[in-house]
Amino acid sequence: MRKRSKGPAAPISRGSGAGKYGLRTIALAYLALILVLPVGMVFYRTFENGLRPVLQALTDPMALHALYLTVVIAAIAVPLNTVFGVFCALLLVRRAFPGKRFLSVLVDVPFAVSPVVVGLSLVLVYGRTGWLGGWLAENGMRVIFAWPSMVLATIFVSLPFVVREVVPVLQEFGVEQDQAAHTLGATTWQTFWRITLPAIRGGVTYGVVLTTARALGEFGAVSIVSGKIAGQTSTLTVHVEERFQQFDLVGAYTSSLVLAVIALVIVLGMTLLRPKEAGS
Amino acid sequence: MVPARPAPPKVLRRTRVRRSTLLGIGLVTLYLSVIVLIPLAAVAWHAAELGPAAIWRVVSSPDTRAALQLSLFSSLAVAAINAVVGTIIAWVLVRDTFPGKTMVNALIDLPFALPTIVAGLTLLALYGPKGAFGVNLAYTRAAVMLALLFVTLPFVVRSVQPVLMELEQDVEEAASALGAHGLTVFRRVVLPSLLPAIVSGAGLSFARAMGEFGSVVLISGNIPFKTQIAPVRIFALIESGDSAGAAALAVVLLLISFAVLLGLAFVQRWGRGGDEEA
Amino acid sequence: MTISAIGITKRFGDFVALDDVSLEVAGGELTALLGPSGSGKSTLLRVIAGLERADTGEVIISGEDATARPARERGVGFVFQHYAAFKHMTVRENVAFGLSIRHRPKAEITRRVHELLHLVQLDGLAERYPSQLSGGQRQRMALARALAVEPRVLLLDEPFGALDARVRKELRAWLRRLHEEMHVTTVFVTHDQEEAMEVADRIVIMNQGRIEQIGPPRELYERPGNEFVMSFLGPVNKLGDVLVRPHDVELLLQPNGASTEARIDRITYLGFEVRVELELPNGRKLWAQTTREWAAPLEPGKTVHVRPRATRTFDSDGVEMPRGSDSPWWDRRVTMEVHHS
Repeated sequence: MRKRSKGPAAPISRGSGAGKYGLRTIALAYLALILVLPVGMVFYRTFENGLRPVLQALTDPMALHALYLTVVIAAIAVPLNTVFGVFCALLLVRRAFPGKRFLSVLVDVPFAVSPVVVGLSLVLVYGRTGWLGGWLAENGMRVIFAWPSMVLATIFVSLPFVVREVVPVLQEFGVEQDQAAHTLGATTWQTFWRITLPAIRGGVTYGVVLTTARALGEFGAVSIVSGKIAGQTSTLTVHVEERFQQFDLVGAYTSSLVLAVIALVIVLGMTLLRPKEAGS
Repeated sequence: MVPARPAPPKVLRRTRVRRSTLLGIGLVTLYLSVIVLIPLAAVAWHAAELGPAAIWRVVSSPDTRAALQLSLFSSLAVAAINAVVGTIIAWVLVRDTFPGKTMVNALIDLPFALPTIVAGLTLLALYGPKGAFGVNLAYTRAAVMLALLFVTLPFVVRSVQPVLMELEQDVEEAASALGAHGLTVFRRVVLPSLLPAIVSGAGLSFARAMGEFGSVVLISGNIPFKTQIAPVRIFALIESGDSAGAAALAVVLLLISFAVLLGLAFVQRWGRGGDEEA
Repeated sequence: MTISAIGITKRFGDFVALDDVSLEVAGGELTALLGPSGSGKSTLLRVIAGLERADTGEVIISGEDATARPARERGVGFVFQHYAAFKHMTVRENVAFGLSIRHRPKAEITRRVHELLHLVQLDGLAERYPSQLSGGQRQRMALARALAVEPRVLLLDEPFGALDARVRKELRAWLRRLHEEMHVTTVFVTHDQEEAMEVADRIVIMNQGRIEQIGPPRELYERPGNEFVMSFLGPVNKLGDVLVRPHDVELLLQPNGASTEARIDRITYLGFEVRVELELPNGRKLWAQTTREWAAPLEPGKTVHVRPRATRTFDSDGVEMPRGSDSPWWDRRVTMEVHHS
């Protein structure tokens, strides 16, 4: 049985006023230093030289292509990981089998792998000297230095989110409603589509938001596998670095701004969609 | 009471793994293999190809060793700092009220959502040359630490918050009714309950910091021996064509990260040991 | 719409939930599976429904072998203790669910839902969500939902267990009336013997995975087959081997026949019923259930004469022993050694 939360926790009632304000100050100062100021700088630096350079940078064809590529890759990776995530969560919560805990840990592996290692691993499989390199070359297919490897890298790094968010929601949901639907004559698919899925919708949505954030923000792995061929295989994050290396600060900051705005929208989404702890 | 017809022969049906479960496991394993397991196996294999002697040579080369040391030191420091400050922030967000708290609470998620390269760029804007404060931390270890602190900020906070919220306040009130005050209550009543969450969050911070790349790559200058952390070293090895060397270092990093992951799994079980699973 | 369960055994790991259980339920009957927790009654119900698969045995519904059929195809309606309401659907959508997945025409669904909501007295609540209903209303909705697909058999798993006492009593009576109107073969599980006695045509008493006795309520109460059945269906005084119902303990002011003296320890007034706790000369205690009129002259500390109107004796295997023994009813030693392994 989940412990019922007592609702919004009461503010500190005891304790010296100095202690309370002291903690608050430490917390807010730390956050300001580490978090707020850096982000504020993006906005400041972007518009430092006026509006026109920004507009130019925004409409730069390379930047637009980078944005396009970022969105397309996310549009492939996120649905795949969502379907996988829901399926895997159902398996982990509803079925018993040997090695279940191992599978659960396995799903979390992408959290422990550096993006650089992700990129390296894909190069070692699909690159020219990699395991499949020869076969791919023979058949005229390019994975590394082309968008398929970027999709694979993005799927890798954003894999665990939907699973992790759906599992607790599914556990809370239980099996009785599904059983009831079953006794009423519903097939497995009908039960899943009409009963289970609507009930876990919140967890799925939140997981999708997290997955999308990760997919849009991926840099290290994509940077390695894409070869950074400007204008062709740069995602927006890679584009930011590329502009920076070319000393085009306005271009770098403008693309960063776009990404930061997207990030803020995602943060808003996370706040609104965060699963409630107490049973409501 | 018993029906008249003779009882049918008893056939014992063993409960075994259902067919649909096996199919499910198969599909999940296939997906994980293609996406995660085979690529990682390739890294391990390429490293193993070198043979243990060569691996040791690569890993213990001065550059690489320095990078590993810096990574380990920074990640541990960052985890420790987060454990303390993250708990304070979580406490303030749960137990305190002030205008704008909702917004501050939302902002904690920003490092999750902001691409690492953007984080790196903004840190550069603040603390680099031409930085806002006139303080130039570029190419210093402080810069590396700042970047790592940024990206690992949410882990302890978000790990501790739900535990703190569920912590029934009557436990605290009972303790203070018995005469304990403020800090004692915290130390002996609240902290033990929070400890699994703090350790879990710190572990995640550590793992994330060990692997961090995008936010560090701009501001640290990647000066070997001084500001080059392990992931950046791997990147350098790849760029220079030494993929076997890169693989060797990658394997070391992976082993450390997996050890942390497994440790976290145990911590989670320990943390749940106090609750009843209904 | 008969149900036959034959030779059902079910284990969960080492725990034996059902041990070679066989049961026949006649068509149109209201049968109660009664027993303490762990007796296997819910498991048996779920095996009949197809929600659990038995390790051995067969389930036959209306003459067809349903053992290998999934729950979906058995034509059973099932009502859960905690309602299993579809929380994201309105009451109307809940009740209509079975029909809508069979793709019945909309007009038919609307009509049927309307009828059913009227039957369970939930008219006007059709657009509410289950979270906006009381427990009793939710359960009535669950019942309507189960009845919507015209099941051959209705199975209820502790349907009133999650409700408070007053609602439970109301719904009990209501279920009985409903059954009389609809005559669907019904089996319900309960641990409340009063509920079983009030509602069921026949009671199946279960204990530790086995059936102890089957029969109409009155027969079970007046002619229990063993000690377990007797003590489960009502309160019992145990004096050695002898079992006496508190309401069979006669209180007399003068000795008479097989009566013996007893000292009154305590008198508790529970409205109509009065409970008189007594101590016998040999130190054994028992209590009598009587009415206010009879208890009027009694006081704690006074001596009174007690005599049983009826007693029953079972040996350690639960088999009833014939009457007639040298020692008096109130001083019987435990005659058989109880063998425990």
